[in-house]
Amino acid sequence: MRNGGRWVVGGCMAALCLIGLSIAAVGQERTLYWTGLILFAIGVITIFGLIRGAYDEAEGRPRRRRQVVPALMLAVALGTVVFHLASPWWWGPIASNWEYIDFTISLTFWITGLVFLAVVVFMAWCAHRFRHRPGNTAHYEPESRRLEWGLTLATAFGVAALLTPGLFVWDEFITPPEDSQQVEAIGQQWYWSFRLPGEDGVLGTTSTRLVSVDNPLGINPDDPNGQDDVVVQSGALHLPVNRPVTVLLRSQDVLHNFYVPEFRAKMDLVPGMVTQLWFTPTRTGSFQILCAEYCGVQHANMRGQVEIVEEAEFAAWLGAQPTFATMYAAAGRDRPTAVASSDGSLAE
Amino acid sequence: MVDVTSDRAIADVGDAAPPAEVPEVDLYHAKSWITKYVFCQDAKVIAIQYGGTAVAIGLVALVLSWLMRLQLGFPESLSLIDAEQYYQAITMHGMIMVIYLLTALFLGGFGNYLIPLMVGARDMVFPYVNMLSYWVYLLAVLILVASFFVPGGPTGAGWTLYPPQAILSGTPGRDWGIILMLVSLIVFIIGFTMGGLNYVVTVLQARTRGMTLMRMPLTVWGIFTASVLALLAFPALFVGCVMLLFDRLLGTSFFMPAIAEFGQQLDHDGGSPILFQHLFWFFGHPEVYIVALPAFGIVSDLIATHARRNIFGYRMMVWAIIIIGGLSFIVWAHHMYVSGMNPYFGFFFAVTTLIIAVPTALKVYNWVLTLWRGDIHFTVPMLFALGFIVTFVNGGITGLFLGNAVVDVPLSDTMFVVAHFHMVMGVAPILVIFGAIYHWYPKMTGRMLHEGMGRFHFWVTFVGAYAIFLPLHYLGLMGVPRRYHELGNMPFIPESAHTLNEIVTVIALIVGFAQLLFLFNLGWSLRYGKPAGPNPWRATTLEWQTPETPPGHGNFGRELPVVYRWAYDYNVPGAAQDFLPQNMPPSRAGVQTHV
Repeated sequence: MRNGGRWVVGGCMAALCLIGLSIAAVGQERTLYWTGLILFAIGVITIFGLIRGAYDEAEGRPRRRRQVVPALMLAVALGTVVFHLASPWWWGPIASNWEYIDFTISLTFWITGLVFLAVVVFMAWCAHRFRHRPGNTAHYEPESRRLEWGLTLATAFGVAALLTPGLFVWDEFITPPEDSQQVEAIGQQWYWSFRLPGEDGVLGTTSTRLVSVDNPLGINPDDPNGQDDVVVQSGALHLPVNRPVTVLLRSQDVLHNFYVPEFRAKMDLVPGMVTQLWFTPTRTGSFQILCAEYCGVQHANMRGQVEIVEEAEFAAWLGAQPTFATMYAAAGRDRPTAVASSDGSLAE
Repeated sequence: MVDVTSDRAIADVGDAAPPAEVPEVDLYHAKSWITKYVFCQDAKVIAIQYGGTAVAIGLVALVLSWLMRLQLGFPESLSLIDAEQYYQAITMHGMIMVIYLLTALFLGGFGNYLIPLMVGARDMVFPYVNMLSYWVYLLAVLILVASFFVPGGPTGAGWTLYPPQAILSGTPGRDWGIILMLVSLIVFIIGFTMGGLNYVVTVLQARTRGMTLMRMPLTVWGIFTASVLALLAFPALFVGCVMLLFDRLLGTSFFMPAIAEFGQQLDHDGGSPILFQHLFWFFGHPEVYIVALPAFGIVSDLIATHARRNIFGYRMMVWAIIIIGGLSFIVWAHHMYVSGMNPYFGFFFAVTTLIIAVPTALKVYNWVLTLWRGDIHFTVPMLFALGFIVTFVNGGITGLFLGNAVVDVPLSDTMFVVAHFHMVMGVAPILVIFGAIYHWYPKMTGRMLHEGMGRFHFWVTFVGAYAIFLPLHYLGLMGVPRRYHELGNMPFIPESAHTLNEIVTVIALIVGFAQLLFLFNLGWSLRYGKPAGPNPWRATTLEWQTPETPPGHGNFGRELPVVYRWAYDYNVPGAAQDFLPQNMPPSRAGVQTHV
């Protein structure tokens, strides 16, 4: 490097030092403070290196070039493993029967992790062993049928080992048990409602076309099965522990997704159709329902709550909730005054 | 000017080469400054126009990513953008990067520059259509940019544009943004089709004598296969966009079922939101390979050249590209395991998706086996190639998580997905783009890029990007959903996750600024770079054997080159030199090679 270049780079680095120091000085956040200091350190070390390089060159010392590339590539591979092992960020304790899913993910981590490590470490070793030196020439070998087919077969075997358990668990995931309890989760921009069958154990039919101020969930008022349905419009969905539940999912406007991280299960809500997922809650507690399919500007705030409780507590809670028939009748009574004042054409 | 009608006998008598199958045609020779540099029909100029436009719009996407990261890292202390602008930023960032930068740069940029030079053609077969392709692309970009300035701003529908949300009022940019986005995509596809036909027909019809398909450099194979994929996949997006535009403007119901929006009944009825997802991903998955296959091809050539060794298993590499391209059309629904489609699709698509891992892994093995017993020069392009291998393997194996239907269930729609696709189709291909620019800039300008700046740029970009996206996987494993402008109260998230988000944001800013150094290097080296000479990397492929550097109009002077061998004759035992250009006759090479 010429000295002119050194002055330019050195000037930039001095500016970097100043920027780093000022960031560290004014930064309110801990992260900003350390970032500033690291920038400052990078600047100082680089300037020091430039000065040393200028001296070495002036005294005619040969430029030493250590081979850092293989070492750094190796560091990236090992750093990945260390990060993985040391990461405090990992899935929380499971609260459903889907520990098979966790098992499949762990299996995938093991198999793919070993492949990642093998490939990158081998690459770093090649970069070290076969780096350009005087006298080193490359070996001419267009292909090796045995090696290539061997690796292909080994890979196919590894992939099959990942896929096979995955398919069995998927089959289980999409097949709700016959005795599972059915509940319904309804999504609309941007909140959750729930419906549970009443004493008859059957949910009434619904249609988006029936959605109105009186009937916000679009339940068919003429369907006898729907009269005793329990409607939860604000508040948490309660479910009994250790009883399989199939959640029927219905959206009135856009795509949403019913996702409870502790249950490991999620499924989209699609307007115009009913989708479903099932699980068995395995411990009591309060869990957050997140909308996991982008649904408009308040997507991040579309949260719900599910409470997993003992069977007796569930029965008591269910009994205390209003049914569709009582809500609809109450809405009908209140309607003429409420609606006529805002829009006369709707009042018949 | 080039005298293309000359019919001189081949110089090296006895070095048999098949006769030309397609007679040469005369090229349009530019007569004015405008036709030479603006409305130019020379593929090399069009390539630079494509590249410049793609990089310019890419800088917009870079700034958007900073805004997003600042919002995610410091949701409370910095209030640069609100939720609405956050969603507009993610949408525009995603669409710009995938379509207007990566697709345009790989196919329009590298495709235009490299295909004619590498197959030994004077230009693309339809130069006028090729020129038109760029100007239509520019129009698409301008329409896209216009959406930043219309009332309501650009669409915030997410880059997947899923209806019904994309055209309803709960999404930002519903009035104008979404219309301009759909129109821009439609225009882009029209422009791309003109270019894509050119790339495919040029490879099939305009190869020089001796350039058999199985002698083509893998760069050409990658770009060629990607162009075929794009020609087959973009129509699905095209009809999806047209139908969505009709739903928005004419009130049709292709994708719109009965909807009660905020309690109000809409007029739509009977459409299927999932139909759009099928159309989108029938395009969207091949799109991944439209970006990846050119990167695969280019990186193969970078590794072979800078490790001075033949690419290992060339024939397998070609077949892997073709098989991956074919399979990419029957895996699309792995993006939809939790979309509510018939769950039995899951079995089929999980199997096809994991099968595609086999040829892909084979390519990785062959890259590494090319390094093995090579003579590796740690040039800047080689560094980027090594960085590509690390990030691509990392991103590829997380694909094995998401492709396996049941593993996808907890991970889908979380930051794990964000980390996966950024690593595999963001970082990895972009490292190849950088490597390719460091590699071919000397041919395009006659000067080398500054090596010190290049090394600095590589290490900051590679280590930084890796440090950005590796931790995001773990947020996803924890259950952090994507497309949340702030996490708010999530009981399962420890405080340290917020600190992690801050660190990632700071690294993202640093990596972003390092790209400015790269842009500076591009400009600085144009004037002050070391003169490169015709073949600074001592490479075998035809673009390095041109009589002029940068190559003139018509590429190859009076005579088109005749090809005698494949593109990878490095360190052939007994040869006169450590590389044998593809057009070097056996009589001068000193050895008879068989490929």
